[in-house]
Amino acid sequence: MPDYEAVIGLEVHVQLKTRSKIFCGCPTTFGAEPNTSVCPVCLGLPGSLPVLNETALRYSILTGIMLGSTISSFSKFDRKNYFYPDLPKNYQISQYDLPLCVGGELEIEFEGKRKRIGITRVHLEEDAGKLVHAEVEGEDSGVDFNRTGVPLLEIVSEPEISSPEEAFAYLKGLKLTLQYLGVSDCDMEKGSLRCDANVSVRPRGEKLLGVKVEVKNMNSFRAVQKALAYEIERQNRAIAEGQRIVQETRLWEAESEMTHPMRSKEEAHDYRYFPEPDLVPVMVDHALQEVLRASLPEAPLKRRDRLVAQYALPEYDVEVLTSERELADYFEACVTAGAEPKAASNLIMGEMLRLLKERALTLEGCKITPKHIVEILALVSSGAITGTTGKEVFAEMFETGKRPGEIVHSGGLAQISDQAELDRLADEVIAKNTKSVEDYRSGKAKAIGFLVGQVMKATKGKANPQMVNEILKKKLEKDSSKR
Amino acid sequence: MDLIDLTVSEAAQLIRKRETSSHDLVRACLDRIRAVDATVGAFVDVYEKDALSEAHAADNRIAEGGAARALEGVPVAVKDNLCVTGRPVTCSSKILKGFIAPYTATVIERLREAGAILIGRTNMDEFAMGSSTETSCYGLTRNPWDTGRVPGGSSGGSVAAVAAREAPASLGSDTGGSIRQPAALCGVAGLKPTYGYVSRYGLVAFASSLDQIGPIARSVRDIAVLLEIIGGHDPRDSTSVKRPAENLVSSLGGKIENLRIGVPKEYFVEGMDPEVKEAIRAALEKMQSAGATIVDVSLPHTEYAVATYYVIATAEASSNLARYDGVQYGYRAPHPTDLLDMYQRTKSEGFGAEVKRRIMLGTYVLSSGYYDAYYLKAQKVRTLLKKDFEDAFKLCDVIATPASPTAAFKVGEKVADPLQMYLSDIFTISVNLAGVPAISVPCGFTSNTLPIGLQLIGRHFGEGTLLKVAHAYESMTDWHKKQPKV
Ligand SMILES: [Zn+2]
Repeated sequence: MPDYEAVIGLEVHVQLKTRSKIFCGCPTTFGAEPNTSVCPVCLGLPGSLPVLNETALRYSILTGIMLGSTISSFSKFDRKNYFYPDLPKNYQISQYDLPLCVGGELEIEFEGKRKRIGITRVHLEEDAGKLVHAEVEGEDSGVDFNRTGVPLLEIVSEPEISSPEEAFAYLKGLKLTLQYLGVSDCDMEKGSLRCDANVSVRPRGEKLLGVKVEVKNMNSFRAVQKALAYEIERQNRAIAEGQRIVQETRLWEAESEMTHPMRSKEEAHDYRYFPEPDLVPVMVDHALQEVLRASLPEAPLKRRDRLVAQYALPEYDVEVLTSERELADYFEACVTAGAEPKAASNLIMGEMLRLLKERALTLEGCKITPKHIVEILALVSSGAITGTTGKEVFAEMFETGKRPGEIVHSGGLAQISDQAELDRLADEVIAKNTKSVEDYRSGKAKAIGFLVGQVMKATKGKANPQMVNEILKKKLEKDSSKR
Repeated sequence: MDLIDLTVSEAAQLIRKRETSSHDLVRACLDRIRAVDATVGAFVDVYEKDALSEAHAADNRIAEGGAARALEGVPVAVKDNLCVTGRPVTCSSKILKGFIAPYTATVIERLREAGAILIGRTNMDEFAMGSSTETSCYGLTRNPWDTGRVPGGSSGGSVAAVAAREAPASLGSDTGGSIRQPAALCGVAGLKPTYGYVSRYGLVAFASSLDQIGPIARSVRDIAVLLEIIGGHDPRDSTSVKRPAENLVSSLGGKIENLRIGVPKEYFVEGMDPEVKEAIRAALEKMQSAGATIVDVSLPHTEYAVATYYVIATAEASSNLARYDGVQYGYRAPHPTDLLDMYQRTKSEGFGAEVKRRIMLGTYVLSSGYYDAYYLKAQKVRTLLKKDFEDAFKLCDVIATPASPTAAFKVGEKVADPLQMYLSDIFTISVNLAGVPAISVPCGFTSNTLPIGLQLIGRHFGEGTLLKVAHAYESMTDWHKKQPKV
């Protein structure tokens, strides 16, 4: 049997983070009581008309520019006609032959290598409602129209993804890009990102595409990866057994971890697309494009490369720091304010992220400003406080938002660097810990660590550890020479 | 003089001067409705109680010296496809029976802001699909000039109400002639504005790219008064056009000397009713005598208009009417066994034959494999039709044609023959496809005393000139003063 390779294209739908819906003024808030965020327009009541949300349009163009698409100077909306109870007009306003953005690519990182995945098109459309099935058999089912009319951006990739793992990397990269743009939360659990896949297999080296199967109903990035792996395996096996692959839509079932064909009745659609007469064509002029281009953030991978080069940080640090645009912004604000890059990175990646995670908070609500970071790093590096005290100060700063200097002052947390005081403490520790002293003298150099720890403990971590170390060494050596 | 004979402008002035009261006028209209509407059948709903109390309030405002608005205390009837909060709106279809509008159409809001009082909603062809008002689920509306004949359609109720003096004015909608053709058949004035002149927000859609709401009245002045009020950009309708406000009423009365009136040869074809032809010829002569120049123009793609219209209008309708499925509102077939059964029975029981015919036609022309041959081709012809008008308007300022090839036909005469019925709109359809404005004004009678309508077509957003010419013609004739027998 020849070696087969998979060819994957992804269709991703993301909900745009606009305040109101795409064609009406209803809020897009998630989790409201059923049918409370609705109006005549999104309910498709007789006589109502859609009016395009300008923010949704801007977000779409921004995304297109970020992906390097060509922004259509003339595009239009079309009606996609099909009957389903979650679709109040029984047509969806979408874009058919003249999408807002055409072409482009997304750079992704996969197994340490960079790869560009082509983007076919990006278009804007409205979301449908949600069926609420009867909990008791025999009772009526209902429809919740809160989600109806939430703006969706459909991003279609070229069939250039070659493995389930690469598909996962593409989704991660796309999500990060959209989050950087601030146009979507891309939260698959809240349904703000949905993904369908087209999969086919062909003998390696073959140019023509195999028969493509559409896979739907995957509710996490991992599910996409698993479903693709299953589907590729299924197709390879079918071919090995001499069967033909049928063009069809299959649904991923998370429980059985298998894909099953969708009933043919459900997919036999002729959508009868035609231009939406209730909306005027969308004209995007050059000026608007330029305004939006100027507001474009740096792409996540570009930022990673720059941070490595500019601040001489390890790859790992940068990957963590760029995992959210806000975090990278925060880090760079600290450096701009005067922090040493690696020290700032350590503090942010360590204490900061730990505390944020512990309290389930985001950077947005964080009380510590970049100036605070600069100050606390300076306090530690100048020896005014010890590293241990630094952690304590940081924790208090996190809670109260007070300046580190103020916390050190009011808490009496300054580092003890007084020679006489440290001499006295060293003598006490040496006197009390004869076993360790013996160990050190008998050549166990490590034993000094314990003694230093004892001094630190006695001072609640405020003693200058370097000084304590030196003082203890001197005392122990002097004593031994006396002997 | 009888209050029911007052035009909108006259009534508003008398009420303002307290020479009559809104209450008396509304009462007179309600009495008239009571007396004749059992025969005419213009109304499907009369808002007696509310209209009287609003009239009372209007009279009080005026008595208290409040600044009277343009339509203060004047009753207006509206077609059954315009939404008014708390009122049923059904498009005279069983499928919308029981549906109460939760919001108000922009045109209604504007009428009310101008002080108008809604007196009732009027009968129509189901979903505005028809030219005779015979497809309504409520039954017939009859022509006040001859109750054995149709009033035209689809705004037959709105037009008959005005012709029969049940209301001084009304609103209708015009997708292919639904205001102008019945206005011609009932001897009143009716205008289809430029597409985008009037907001469609709250007008239950038939064919979105063709639908316009327009006024129906017994004088061109009233048409101008009403259009000024209901027209203008509405942020809730993306297709309504932003333009500076126009003073249509004050530009009436000007001379039409030096204005060129185009006569398209394609509209004077063989087989046209000779009495209609003669009336139009006489009207042209009249305008010529007032100083206008008559010029020959050509609208070469006219012969494709009806076919083009029935592709585009039905395609849009098939999609617009998809929402009537029994899920959220309106009629739902009893005891559906499953979703598909609910869809199928709701639609087959809820829609009438003509609506079903058009939904099927529209679904067909949009189907994969047929789209290019029908819908796309029709869009191309539509562009050519628009260009026809642009070219013609290089040679003239207004185009004059008959509004309907015949006067009112008999009830039932064309019901069995949809193609014959579709041809009733042969002179009005191109105007909707091109998006230009047109008005029908009375221009004579047949030997059977049936009204004949003159259609005047204006340039894109050329309502000012159009109304000026229509008004000039009207002031030279008294056709509009003739009253039906009913
Ligand atoms: Zn809404």
